Amino acid sequence: MFQIVKRHFARYTPEMVERVTGCPRDTFLKVAETLLASSGADRTTSFAYAVAWTQHTNGPQIIGCAALLQLLLGNVGRPGAGIMALRGHASIQGSTDIPTLYHSIHGYMSHPSALKKHDTLANWLAAETSARGYWANTPKFMISYMKSMYGEAATRDNDFGYEWHPKIIGDHSHLPMFVAMNEGRVKGMLCIGQNPATSINALVERRGLGKLEWLVVKDNWVTETATFWKTAPEVKSGTVKLGDIKTEVFFFPSAQVAEYDGSFTNTQRMLQWHYKAAEPPGDCRSDLWFTHQLAKRLKQMYANSTAPRDAGFKALTWDFDPDPSLPHEPGEVPPTAGDPDGLKILKEINGYYSDEPTKHVASFGDLKDDGSTTCASWIYCGVFPAPGQNRSASRKADPPGTPGAQLGWGYAWPANRRIMYNRASADLNGRPWSERKKWVWWDGEQKKWVGLDVPDFAATKPPTAKANPDAIGLDGLSGTDPFIMKTDGKGWLYVPSGLVDGPLPTHYEPAESPVRNPLYKQQASPVYKYWKREDNALVQPGDSRFPIVITTYRLTEHYLAGAMSRFNPWLTELQPELFIEMSPELAAEKSIANLDWVRVSTPRSSIRAKALVTRRLRPFTIDGRVVHHVGMPWHWGYEGLVTGDVVNELTSLVADPNVSIHEGKAFVCNVEKV
Amino acid sequence: MPEPMGFYTDTTVCIGCKACEVACKEWNQLPATNGGRSKLSGDSYDNTRRLDGIHWRHVKFIEQFDAERRQGRWLMMSDVCKHCVRAGCLEVCPTGAIIRTEFDTVVIQSDVCNGCRDCIGACPFGVIDINPVSGTAQKCTLCYDRMRAGMTPACAQACPTASINFGPIRELKQKAQARVEQLHGRGERGAYLYGDDEKMLGGLNSFYLLVDKPEVYGLPPDPKMPTRNLKRGSLWSALGAVVVGVVGLISLRSRRDVNV
Repeated sequence: MFQIVKRHFARYTPEMVERVTGCPRDTFLKVAETLLASSGADRTTSFAYAVAWTQHTNGPQIIGCAALLQLLLGNVGRPGAGIMALRGHASIQGSTDIPTLYHSIHGYMSHPSALKKHDTLANWLAAETSARGYWANTPKFMISYMKSMYGEAATRDNDFGYEWHPKIIGDHSHLPMFVAMNEGRVKGMLCIGQNPATSINALVERRGLGKLEWLVVKDNWVTETATFWKTAPEVKSGTVKLGDIKTEVFFFPSAQVAEYDGSFTNTQRMLQWHYKAAEPPGDCRSDLWFTHQLAKRLKQMYANSTAPRDAGFKALTWDFDPDPSLPHEPGEVPPTAGDPDGLKILKEINGYYSDEPTKHVASFGDLKDDGSTTCASWIYCGVFPAPGQNRSASRKADPPGTPGAQLGWGYAWPANRRIMYNRASADLNGRPWSERKKWVWWDGEQKKWVGLDVPDFAATKPPTAKANPDAIGLDGLSGTDPFIMKTDGKGWLYVPSGLVDGPLPTHYEPAESPVRNPLYKQQASPVYKYWKREDNALVQPGDSRFPIVITTYRLTEHYLAGAMSRFNPWLTELQPELFIEMSPELAAEKSIANLDWVRVSTPRSSIRAKALVTRRLRPFTIDGRVVHHVGMPWHWGYEGLVTGDVVNELTSLVADPNVSIHEGKAFVCNVEKV
Repeated sequence: MPEPMGFYTDTTVCIGCKACEVACKEWNQLPATNGGRSKLSGDSYDNTRRLDGIHWRHVKFIEQFDAERRQGRWLMMSDVCKHCVRAGCLEVCPTGAIIRTEFDTVVIQSDVCNGCRDCIGACPFGVIDINPVSGTAQKCTLCYDRMRAGMTPACAQACPTASINFGPIRELKQKAQARVEQLHGRGERGAYLYGDDEKMLGGLNSFYLLVDKPEVYGLPPDPKMPTRNLKRGSLWSALGAVVVGVVGLISLRSRRDVNV
């Protein structure tokens, strides 16, 4: 495999890098040499990336490239190593673990799908269970999850209620959902803490909102999504008639995070509990309150239904009302009336014994595939191992100056391991690679893995253990196979399955680019997703009408679409107006002076912004030709203390083929002085 | 009497997040410019521009490049009142509104200030201005109220990179010296401390680690007290008095002459 990798990347010379990206050869070599000098037995390197690495039609290829480099450099499973996604939200990690993703259920199991052989529980298990590696335990996790969904109604005789579980019928991610909305295939939407009116190809998204019968917006402020029907520029200008929008919009004011109990999960997979500090003002309620009350009302509504399609809703367990007999701790702010009990939800996630619900499951190793255990999300099992022991609320720090894993601070899934695949922190014989980088190692006397962290390996399997080719689960892996979630226990340089767009990272230009791909005849990823619509036209490579590269990003002073920052005067005075950053060279070419109004156009829309001319931006030289680029923060909209045009009107509905992430980080435009 | 307290700001680790500006405003309940509806300045990412009566913390952004723009850096610095040991503002205040606290910091008492603006001209750093809400001169108090309660000032508490350090001046100086040596060891020869020794206005109780000339950060290289002109000024006054006296004598004499 290494030879294949070498052959594949042979053409990626420093000269080619400079030709393709405009990054000078010297700079590239400096980065490469720094990586090499900072990796080895005594050194490790970590990649920390913001979501800019993912927001490309080849985003997973970019992340895959980092993974490949880290594997080759020995930077996985060791302290100071790894790849850290700096998330765009406080608990985005948590929202993939306990997913708001359409294609997975809790703990990274595949969502039952009508497009796969998932018609029965047995077929789902057959399709999703691996023979070797830790995923051999999938039936235990799945059946404990089904018990969490349907409780006593889930029995062996009815496949633990698998028939009732919803199935996906396609790509239900953000972009295709708004395409479906435009086509009248979506009736209503609960929009909680999102602002799609300013999201990717915003005109298409707002058009979609206008086709809904009803829309619930739950946010801290009346956002652009809540008022798209009256304040959006196309309504103000009369292009869209207010009377033609039939959507009934309901607004629910939201409580802030300090106004309810809950947990965060950060990019290190660490759960940290937070306590309610204040009562929310007026009618503001938490998302928990809303979801809980909605579920209770729906269950009541369907209680007497005899329709087979409602059987699942009737069987769904929903027991999160706070226990009135439990007194509050002194100083604790009592829950808002109608809020669910956060600890009851945490218990459901952690798991308990089906016949003895007061007894919590202490570890996912104890989960069973016979229905005797109930556990919503196996990876979180252990966070709440016994009543009164919420480990996510633990705040015991290691003494300063120690190479501690901080095992007493919060709780990291799985099993409180702070570094995953940490068997790799020891050499083949189980000894630390170096004193400075020791983490987990084999103790020959105790005959087990020990160290600063919880070992992420079969606890007593010695480094000399041979793989048993006939065994299932971890016994199929040897004592030198750290990657226990993989079927062969190895880190994969070459990814034969799992990725839609290919086994090795490869350079493709974005869906829109002013240059031809100098590496391949294939210009852009041949499998990126594109939704063909008149209002989603793309620029063809080399189209002289749109010669300028544009990227979009965020500022520290604002948050996302601005619902949490553009309504706060202390933040708005710091960044009051939308701007477009450009180099002095481009400004001179276009006769644009600093602070001039500028029109920015793509085939999707055209917007206005003030020019911020800065030497920080330098024109690229790509394949021998000067290519200009501009950058725009995308925080503004038509609501709030400060307003500005919606930058995402410029972007298009294109996405990577694996996880349907858009390409707001690289497309093309034109810029003219107004 | 507690020992002198203050700030040491290490500009090399400032990331320009402006959390200090916001934390200061939140704690001290200062209004935003035009209710938050201010204008884009066009000067890098700095839209508040200066310290004044409603901006007691201000983050400066300085973009620097070599001739070919191959190398560049973006200097960021969180500026604040220097709490000078010899403070010009305190010296010129006619009402006694400006006091030196038990922490050796300089505080304007809003209820005593009459808004005469003398201190505004007397400050060599341009820190003070009138707060339009109170109509009085205002500036950083080094969170006098928080300090009296044993708390860290809001800006230092909010700073995510420990660019703003708060503590006893003696400890801060040791920390700052060690940091300068560390930077020199790494090849950053331009690192130095601004205002840490007594030569500058008796010492600034808010001093800085900089990597370029003070002027680059908009700081005076050699700030002076308003009294610096006192000697020359008083000479001129004496001379003036003599001239007035002589002229008076002459005029008296001439008047006498007329009378005669």
